[in-house]
Amino acid sequence: MKTTGMQQPGVYDVDQPTQPNSYRTGPDEQGMFGIYGGRFVAETLMPLILELEAEWEKAKSDPAFKAELENLNTHYTGRPSPLYFAERLTEHLGGAKVYFKRDELNHTGSHKINNCLGQILLAKRMGKTRIIAETGAGQHGVASATVAARFGFPCEVYMGATDVERQAPNVFRMKLLGAKVNPVTAGHGTLKDAMNEALRDWVTNVDDTYYLIGTAAGPHPYPEMVREFQSVIGRETREQMLATEGRLPDMLVAAVGGGSNAIGLFHPFLDDPTVRMVGVEAGGKGLDGEEHCASLTSGSPGVLHGNRTYLLQDGDGQIKEGHSISAGLDYPGIGPEHSWLKDSGRVEYVPILDTEALEAFQLLTRIEGIIPALEPSHALAEVIKRAPKMGKDQIIVMNLCGRGDKDIFTVGKILGVEL
Amino acid sequence: MTTRIDTKFASLKAEGRPALVTYFMGGDPDYATSLAIMKALPGAGSDVIELGMAFSDPMADGPAIQLAGQRALKAGQSLVRTLDLARDFRKEDDTTPIVLMGYYNPIYIYGVERFLVDAKAAGVDGLIVVDLPPEMDDELCIPAMAAGLNFIRLATPTTDAKRLPAVLHNTSGFVYYVSMNGITGSAIADTTKIEAAVRRIKQHTDLPICVGFGVKTAEHARVIGQYADGVVVGTAIVNQIALSLDAENRATADTVQSVATMVRGLATGVRAARLAAAE
Repeated sequence: MKTTGMQQPGVYDVDQPTQPNSYRTGPDEQGMFGIYGGRFVAETLMPLILELEAEWEKAKSDPAFKAELENLNTHYTGRPSPLYFAERLTEHLGGAKVYFKRDELNHTGSHKINNCLGQILLAKRMGKTRIIAETGAGQHGVASATVAARFGFPCEVYMGATDVERQAPNVFRMKLLGAKVNPVTAGHGTLKDAMNEALRDWVTNVDDTYYLIGTAAGPHPYPEMVREFQSVIGRETREQMLATEGRLPDMLVAAVGGGSNAIGLFHPFLDDPTVRMVGVEAGGKGLDGEEHCASLTSGSPGVLHGNRTYLLQDGDGQIKEGHSISAGLDYPGIGPEHSWLKDSGRVEYVPILDTEALEAFQLLTRIEGIIPALEPSHALAEVIKRAPKMGKDQIIVMNLCGRGDKDIFTVGKILGVEL
Repeated sequence: MTTRIDTKFASLKAEGRPALVTYFMGGDPDYATSLAIMKALPGAGSDVIELGMAFSDPMADGPAIQLAGQRALKAGQSLVRTLDLARDFRKEDDTTPIVLMGYYNPIYIYGVERFLVDAKAAGVDGLIVVDLPPEMDDELCIPAMAAGLNFIRLATPTTDAKRLPAVLHNTSGFVYYVSMNGITGSAIADTTKIEAAVRRIKQHTDLPICVGFGVKTAEHARVIGQYADGVVVGTAIVNQIALSLDAENRATADTVQSVATMVRGLATGVRAARLAAAE
């Protein structure tokens, strides 16, 4: 194992003195979180990634950049998103108080816009003239197409052919926004294949194209950059929770596909030892078979899409396809910082089955009048398991990172309803 | 350390002609056919063999090589079997250099140390690993050099003067100049630009420079061979293999012969390169 500038923490436990000084200092200058992350890309892309890193470093400390982003977050996205006390759900579960961070109320319907606004401002600073993106559920594709329209960039979105079919409303939305949607038929036609194809486009069009990656994964500096843009979720949650309850929550729960909404919620709390964190992976049809996307629970470290991280793979290092009812979680990898947080023990990662997510989806719809996306429905299913076992004086915050309008066709099909 | 690659380029230099470097995907369409293709290459005029290591997610490759990798994996190819190919080939040919080309993950999962020992023992001379830029040299490049294998780096049109020294540092065997920004199998770029780039790189290194990506015909090989120390042909060969297969992607009686015929044609290109330049 390579040593890096970053501390390798021991198992996280409030009673043990083996914790690092901070869980919030990564990545190191090589883009590593412990052994995870890095820059595993073709030489053609290297100069570009270095240029992006340099621009990102400048932007980070530029007050004008920060002000422009905050202004857009407020007036375009509608931030801060509310922190909502789910009273009836709390009553129903009979345990911990459940709050939702309502990023599903954002413009475009998910947390994805937080990252897209940050990156489009960078693209503009870098003088790029064309945007490409990959998408799974289509939420990132829609958010990318939206900011491209807002800033006058042509935009091409790569989307697996399977996902194009199961997320038809988002495909139409992207087209309305002026983006070109390129269906990818390689592999199972899901997010992994879309990302391969986006990388092929990027390597071919390096001079004018900005690759707007949708999750906290890929080569350095993307994992750090996307985390920073999404951390607005956790920063707001912290302030709102202190204002409402006068204390920090006991537990944070978020769905992880690539892991951007989860790292956005978790990161500002990583050094608060009383706050437990749970990332919820897609357990698909069960971890016994091949049809799931629980890369942290049942994968192993490997190298794909520019970073080292936990992957679903076979003994020969070939990447598996995976499966999830939710197109947004249907990815055999995970952002590298989550891999590091798993190994360090700071965050717990658990799988939720398709069927459990579907039940949670229906429960929330009926009991709170909120139709959640299938991605946060996974997080919700975990909340449903945990809240009853916790005291009524305890508090859970779950990231409700997307709305379910896009999923009604998928859910309708499973429930046997012709739409 | 002198590898078969160094020896081969030295003898070609004495002969006064560029190398023909041929790529094919190990295990495509099946192990036996692939071995037969490999054995036929030197006789048809190939000087250096690039043996493709199949990977499920070849991000830098175009459709032809993606499909070849899928055919190989479907037929049971693995990194273990790709090393078997090298070992079987070496039983009859101890001089033609073998360069493994592919992506890092299968090697990482195999285990870097064990892989280097096994590759060396199988008669492999060099490695081209697309997703390991100089920034990641600790992963495989430095251990490979210590194990006596050449680590061949890709230089691209985006590798500017500032970056070139970093790319050339720790590179051995030869430098692979990627003729364009793009994936394998795209159309050939402007050859005058390629020539300028090769001459620019030559000012920084004494290593042979081979040019690949988009080289498809004997004429391409002849033109580029006038200034490059080698030309790499991959997609054209992989396409030839695909064309020769039956409807179920199985090899036919024609598969090995048609590849050999194509390589003989390309070989006339590299052999004509310097004659033309001398005129």
